[in-house]
Amino acid sequence: MKKSFGTTGLILDEPLLWEKGAKGRTGFSMPRQEVEASPLDDELVGDGPDFPDLSEVDVIRHYTRLSQWNFGVDTGMYPLGSCTMKYNPKTNERQVSLPGFAGAHPLLPAELSQGVLKILFELERYLAEISGLPAVTLQPAAGSQGELTGMLIFRAYHQSKGAPRSKIIIPDSAHGTNPASAALCGFKAIPLKSNESGVLSPEAVAAIMDEDTAGIMVTNPNTLGLFEENILKVTEIVHSKGGLVYGDGANMNAIMGMVNLKNIGVDVLHLNLHKTFSTPHGGGGPGSGPVCVTQELERFLPVPRVIEKDGRFVLSEDFPESVGKLHAFYGNFGVLIKAYSYIRSLGAKNLKRATQLAVLNANYIKEKLKGTFYLRYDRPCMHECVFSDKNQTPNKVTTLDIAKRLMEYGFHPPTIYFPLVVKGAIMIEPTETECKEDIDHFIDAMKAIAEEAKNSPELLFEAPKTPKVGRLDEIAAARYPCLSD
Amino acid sequence: MRYLPHTPEDIAAMLQVAGADNLDDLFKAIPDDCRRKDDLHLPEPLTEWDLNSHMSTLAATVAVSPEYKVFMGAGSYDHYIPASINYLLGRSEFSTAYTPYQPEISQGTLQAVYEYQTLVTRLLGMEVANASMYDGASALAEAMLMAIRITRRKKVAVSSVIHPLYRRVVQTYLAPTECEVVEIPYLANGRTDLSQLTNLEDLAAVAVQSPNFLGCIEDLKAIGEKVHSDKKTLLVTCFSEPLAFGLLKNPGSLGADIACGEGQSLGIPRSFGGPGLGMFAARKQYMRNMPGRLIGQTKDKDGKRGFVLTLATREQHIRREKATSNICSNQGLCATTAAMYMAALGGTGIRELARQNHDRAEYLKSGLKKAGFTISFDCPTFNEFVVEFPADFKTTHKRLLEKKIVAGLALAPYYPELANHYLLCATETSSKEDMDTLVKEVTS
Repeated sequence: MKKSFGTTGLILDEPLLWEKGAKGRTGFSMPRQEVEASPLDDELVGDGPDFPDLSEVDVIRHYTRLSQWNFGVDTGMYPLGSCTMKYNPKTNERQVSLPGFAGAHPLLPAELSQGVLKILFELERYLAEISGLPAVTLQPAAGSQGELTGMLIFRAYHQSKGAPRSKIIIPDSAHGTNPASAALCGFKAIPLKSNESGVLSPEAVAAIMDEDTAGIMVTNPNTLGLFEENILKVTEIVHSKGGLVYGDGANMNAIMGMVNLKNIGVDVLHLNLHKTFSTPHGGGGPGSGPVCVTQELERFLPVPRVIEKDGRFVLSEDFPESVGKLHAFYGNFGVLIKAYSYIRSLGAKNLKRATQLAVLNANYIKEKLKGTFYLRYDRPCMHECVFSDKNQTPNKVTTLDIAKRLMEYGFHPPTIYFPLVVKGAIMIEPTETECKEDIDHFIDAMKAIAEEAKNSPELLFEAPKTPKVGRLDEIAAARYPCLSD
Repeated sequence: MRYLPHTPEDIAAMLQVAGADNLDDLFKAIPDDCRRKDDLHLPEPLTEWDLNSHMSTLAATVAVSPEYKVFMGAGSYDHYIPASINYLLGRSEFSTAYTPYQPEISQGTLQAVYEYQTLVTRLLGMEVANASMYDGASALAEAMLMAIRITRRKKVAVSSVIHPLYRRVVQTYLAPTECEVVEIPYLANGRTDLSQLTNLEDLAAVAVQSPNFLGCIEDLKAIGEKVHSDKKTLLVTCFSEPLAFGLLKNPGSLGADIACGEGQSLGIPRSFGGPGLGMFAARKQYMRNMPGRLIGQTKDKDGKRGFVLTLATREQHIRREKATSNICSNQGLCATTAAMYMAALGGTGIRELARQNHDRAEYLKSGLKKAGFTISFDCPTFNEFVVEFPADFKTTHKRLLEKKIVAGLALAPYYPELANHYLLCATETSSKEDMDTLVKEVTS
């Protein structure tokens, strides 16, 4: 094995929370008993939960050790395709923890929360400018809730025309959550195959688009990392039959400042602030999935909406055609602040630059690795490129083996086995925040692994040996589920 | 720009490999008529210190404790967050990781969330809990969809004293399903009116909140018995204040089939309502019908204990349109926070803290009562209760805002029949002195 960033590290074991501690300890500074105890009806009182009692030191060590078993963007390159694992700026964390933001009660009167409302108002304007779609809601708590919002808007739009529609077109290169989001709104998903170049063909869309089809959900660039070059024709066909176009903005990092979504015919777009706008993924959330729409669809956006009135900001419920509320309050405000800080830190020029460098990094990797790994669609990519294990198949080495071996070289593996249109897919999205040297190290590691696949494949089959645990028995986990102690 | 590491030399070398003359050339795949011709119009970039001062100025306009005394809960509670929690959340190995698709290098997140699931089952007295939903409102909405899937029935009943904003989210989620949502009225004592249940047939679920939006602790046992007189109907209990279960009987022991709600109280800052934490638990028989991610325990090749995402065949990326939900990202870091907070409190601590919340709210309640105000509902409460003030109280409420006291939430916008009624909240952070001041000020 060549020299790499991989390391066995100092990995200490740590039991489960309830396997440690002792009754009577606490990790909490309990307030003084200032008022008289007031008894509660015995009928209502329970035994209290069976939690372990731990000291503050116990808790700190427990989670510090756990954290050391995790790989994050701050640990190293995390080229997880379609997830945009870019650097999460630390100044954003500082802003969100300001007492005026962290402590803000959501039902404060507007006159006592002007700063918060101003941020919401301005962030909507920035996202409108970046997407090209003029009206924005920040309420959806993640991308898939954004999709649901979008589908509710589709539904409301067709109902307002007096002609509800029952179907929706979803290409095979669209995001995984799209069909489930459409189904929640009662739409039947009509699958559409991409053509031999990996993009949508207008003829295929025309053949299935009809007046009972609410529209199409397009991810552009798609999950193959390719720009949908026929998008104008596709959106024209859908519009001509009275349909709407949904844009899944998960891949917005490829086109910031380069494409105005409205001009290419998108009517509704969701953005993933935890991808494009640098907010951390938190090991699975919280995210944020704002939705941007055309002027025509603005009346359907969720309420309340922030509006400016005589130089003051207020929340308004006065939108009778709104699809309603998706979040108890206004969405993941703490995530919105981070995206706001990011946009204010970069400005127009650097946002576009971020996109350019993300695309540069992806194309560089694509050129360097093609030949070593099979590239199903050999054409200029956007922010990510999709290889497969086809060249390694003769040695019985799979994408999974390659991914596991990559961990030992000190990298988080790419997205694997997605998109489904490429068998054994290895989907690499480096993002713009990786420097050339780290990308070169990654390329070297991938090439070294390809050599190992030929000469000593057992190294791949047995990987990973360096982390806390080796390959886990996922089949047993699903067959005999143990979800709690 | 400090997040963009490329030097001009790097760019030149990389462009050469990519076969492009310049950065713009990389975007050839975008047809000319799809290209944006103008530049983005956004404010000029701020330096780190300019951003600090800009944000600090905005944050300073917001009324927060300790400067303001906010006696308002209504789904967002002021609880003390130990420094240890914030410190641990600064461990970016947790915050900068993605959903744990590669378990070998995600055991930190996986064990933390497995522990969270376990603590949630213990807190709520349920058998299985998921890795979290977005918030209490969407958790309740997903619970109703789950009950509809399980029972294949098309009607649900929802107590009118469930948080009004949660009920609106339920309406949004159920609108496209053609399912009917019936609201159950409440009694003069502030509890859900059980007598209305007898008229409702073929219900997929009955949903109640306890403590409910008016602060009242529901008689869940009686509700459960009534609901289960139809064997198919599920009892869904929700909550906005999980700390209550440090003291009160948990929903599982009282017959809940699904228990869900908002976990913000468990160490998560109010942050203008989000991110919070959708807690979601159910009886084991419904495990495969649950929405959201689940973490399970398993072993590696050498028999070492480890944790993985499991039962993914319920999920959207495999089952596509037949999935139990479309949820993908959840509130992972908030679930981790809640677990840290529950671990810091411990069994002894959560009981003591819950007692203090109850006792302080009772102190404030009796103070206001002695001062001559009417406590609207005579049901037992936890840390919130409703007071009826005189008709001109709106002016007093405004005057108190100037004195940096938020004297509860006016209920009239949510319940028109409750004009002049205010929902007040006291937690462990409400000092005796501040509560005494509040009573004095509303009286004067």
